[in-house]
Amino acid sequence: MLSPTTATDSERTPMATSTTAPDADRRESRAGSPARGPARRPRGPRRSLLPYLLLAPAVVLELAIHVIPMVVGVWMSLLELTQFHIRDWSTAPFVGWENYRATLDLNSAAGKELLHSFWITLAYSLLSVGFAWLLGISAAVVLQRPFRGRAILRALFLTPYALPVYAAVITWSFLLQRDTGLVNHVLVDQLGLLGERPFWLIGDNSFWSLLVVSVWRNWPFAFLCLMAGLQNVPGELYEAAAIDGAGFWRRLRSVTLPMLRPVNLVLLLVLFLWTFNDFNTPFVLFGGSAPEQADLISIHIYRSSFKTWDFGSGSAMSVALLLFLLVVSAAYLLITNRRRDDHA
Amino acid sequence: MSRRHLGIFTAAVLAAASLTACGGSGDDSAASPKTLTYWASNQGASLEADKTILQPELDKFEKQTGIKVTVEVVPWSDLLNRLLAAAASGKGPDVVNIGNTWSASLQATGALVEFDDAALQAVGGKDRIVPAALAAAGAPGKPPAAVPLYSMAYSLYYNKKSFADAGITAPPTTWEQLTEYGKKLSTGGKWGLAIEGANPSENAHHAFTFSQQYGGEWFDSAGKPTFDTPQNVSAIKRYIDFMAADKITNPSNAEYAQNQSVSDFANGKAAMLLWQSAGSNLKTQNMPADAYGVAPVPFLASPPAGGKKVNSMVAGINMAVFKHTKNKDGALSFVKFMTSDEEQTILNKTYGSLPAVKTAASDPAFSATEQKTIQETLVTTAAPLPQVPDESTFETLVGTAMKELFADAASGKPVTEASVKAKLTDAQQKMR
Repeated sequence: MLSPTTATDSERTPMATSTTAPDADRRESRAGSPARGPARRPRGPRRSLLPYLLLAPAVVLELAIHVIPMVVGVWMSLLELTQFHIRDWSTAPFVGWENYRATLDLNSAAGKELLHSFWITLAYSLLSVGFAWLLGISAAVVLQRPFRGRAILRALFLTPYALPVYAAVITWSFLLQRDTGLVNHVLVDQLGLLGERPFWLIGDNSFWSLLVVSVWRNWPFAFLCLMAGLQNVPGELYEAAAIDGAGFWRRLRSVTLPMLRPVNLVLLLVLFLWTFNDFNTPFVLFGGSAPEQADLISIHIYRSSFKTWDFGSGSAMSVALLLFLLVVSAAYLLITNRRRDDHA
Repeated sequence: MSRRHLGIFTAAVLAAASLTACGGSGDDSAASPKTLTYWASNQGASLEADKTILQPELDKFEKQTGIKVTVEVVPWSDLLNRLLAAAASGKGPDVVNIGNTWSASLQATGALVEFDDAALQAVGGKDRIVPAALAAAGAPGKPPAAVPLYSMAYSLYYNKKSFADAGITAPPTTWEQLTEYGKKLSTGGKWGLAIEGANPSENAHHAFTFSQQYGGEWFDSAGKPTFDTPQNVSAIKRYIDFMAADKITNPSNAEYAQNQSVSDFANGKAAMLLWQSAGSNLKTQNMPADAYGVAPVPFLASPPAGGKKVNSMVAGINMAVFKHTKNKDGALSFVKFMTSDEEQTILNKTYGSLPAVKTAASDPAFSATEQKTIQETLVTTAAPLPQVPDESTFETLVGTAMKELFADAASGKPVTEASVKAKLTDAQQKMR
């Protein structure tokens, strides 16, 4: 992760390369060039080409994997791309903003559902990231000091992240079934906490089921990042704080959290974007058509394009969502950036 | 913005952008005239079982023609997406199985070889094919986009012992009887009727049948949706009411989408089931064939004006050939092979479906009660689902609306004419 130490490391790298330069010069002068100046000149163009050559594979892949599909997605959103034209896009009529108008028209059924799905997704993302972060920081702080069995706990905590999504989530869907699921068996049959067997995969509870599964899947990542971040907090700070009489909460608030700020900055953004775009969890949990209470936007878009063969409006929704996430990310970075400048 | 933040920002942009980047992948079509790629649908108990069933037949074909067929059995949950990706990219298999209700939708992509008279002649001739099955192979007035392979229809499966225990002597022939019997059978943790409530396709198939009985249509003659007509509202409400009002269906069925209703029937948890060719599935779940009876799907006791005597869709699997195939002759000869009398008898016998060609139907293998009931339904009271390009959209939208209504019913929310109509109106507005 991008902690201050790694940042300074990378700033140091150019210097490190320049220190090797004299060696190279010496070798070249041994090869017979008398003056330093002319010996450098042929290196000029090569040196300017090399970084680009090194970058080229990444740039090509970046174009092929991200940029081109994104541009194609934007282009699709301007077409009436249905099953009649899917085979030959050139025949698809250009409709301009029509897809956007239809999907973002909040008076139409489609627009209302998209808005509903947007709010659901926003609540889901915020809650999921919040809980995942809370669990992550708690576990990381608890496991900061060495004790017997720490390694085992660390490994255990990371299992949800290591399991394949499909296997993990399908297991959850079995657990949550009303008649045969383990959850109801424990809650209703064994503990007798609930009189009637509740549904977990349909109706209002489905949102909370989805949230639990998502937190379960995501918190180990928060834990991993925060644990790594904690390794960079110097022990002296805690010692100094302890001498000043700071208790656990004070140390957490005044030492741990400020030192983890750069990690949190990235972690929260990345977790938010991942959960907001999460497709696998709801798709596997609900089998492709999520209940309306848990109709996340990624599933919604999938249904509006693949299931109804209307790729134009599906793309329009995706582009609108992309713009929203861009605005959120940019605002987030600006705000956190400004706050840091204030602190400085 | 510092360089580091620019980096984070770029990462964020790209993470967000991955949303818009979705696309299909497809295998390369067979390049040599001696090979074919075939996507089979899942007809047996598992994908593996299907492979075991199909492989000896493909070996036979290779021996006859020298063409090697590579088969992949595609699960139903993926099949339509995979077909769409193949149609869009012009890459993928040469020959595929399609659900017959998708025929017109897939035909509209223009990616399938149309079977004009010459092509039909090449696969054995039009006259051999069961007319009802051929009617469900493409849009009306156009050459079929596929050739029927397996034929099926819905029947009522009932548990003989449960019926006898409740003192019921004959299967219901009307929905009123079914409800009455269902109430008698719903005791002691057992239920009258099992329903696959969270499976949009199953729901949509019943939506069609009930709508026909109430005199409704899902599309008008111009192919425009007519989802929220009073007839369709009554039809959907009738079906949901088995759970909501009559309470002969376990509310748990509202989350069934993986054939749990068949398991419930096989385990005796439910006494009745409406299903297509359930026999082979029940056999794998250890329910002996003499433990259940098969009867035609009931009708309304007093149908309203315009109500049709339809109690099943013409269900089945069709075989289609992609235009992008580099081995069209080979593909057609494979279709001819699969629809030959011999293969039709072997495969339909195994799967418990009926041959799509008349010439194979007389085989004694198809004279069991189940097959006779299906046969009778197909000949007399089955109708094809609307063969319009938007058919698959109808299945998704109306099937999902019904799934939501079942969820309402299961959680005790009232299901009224108004709430049904609201769902159907919403679904219709999403059709463009």
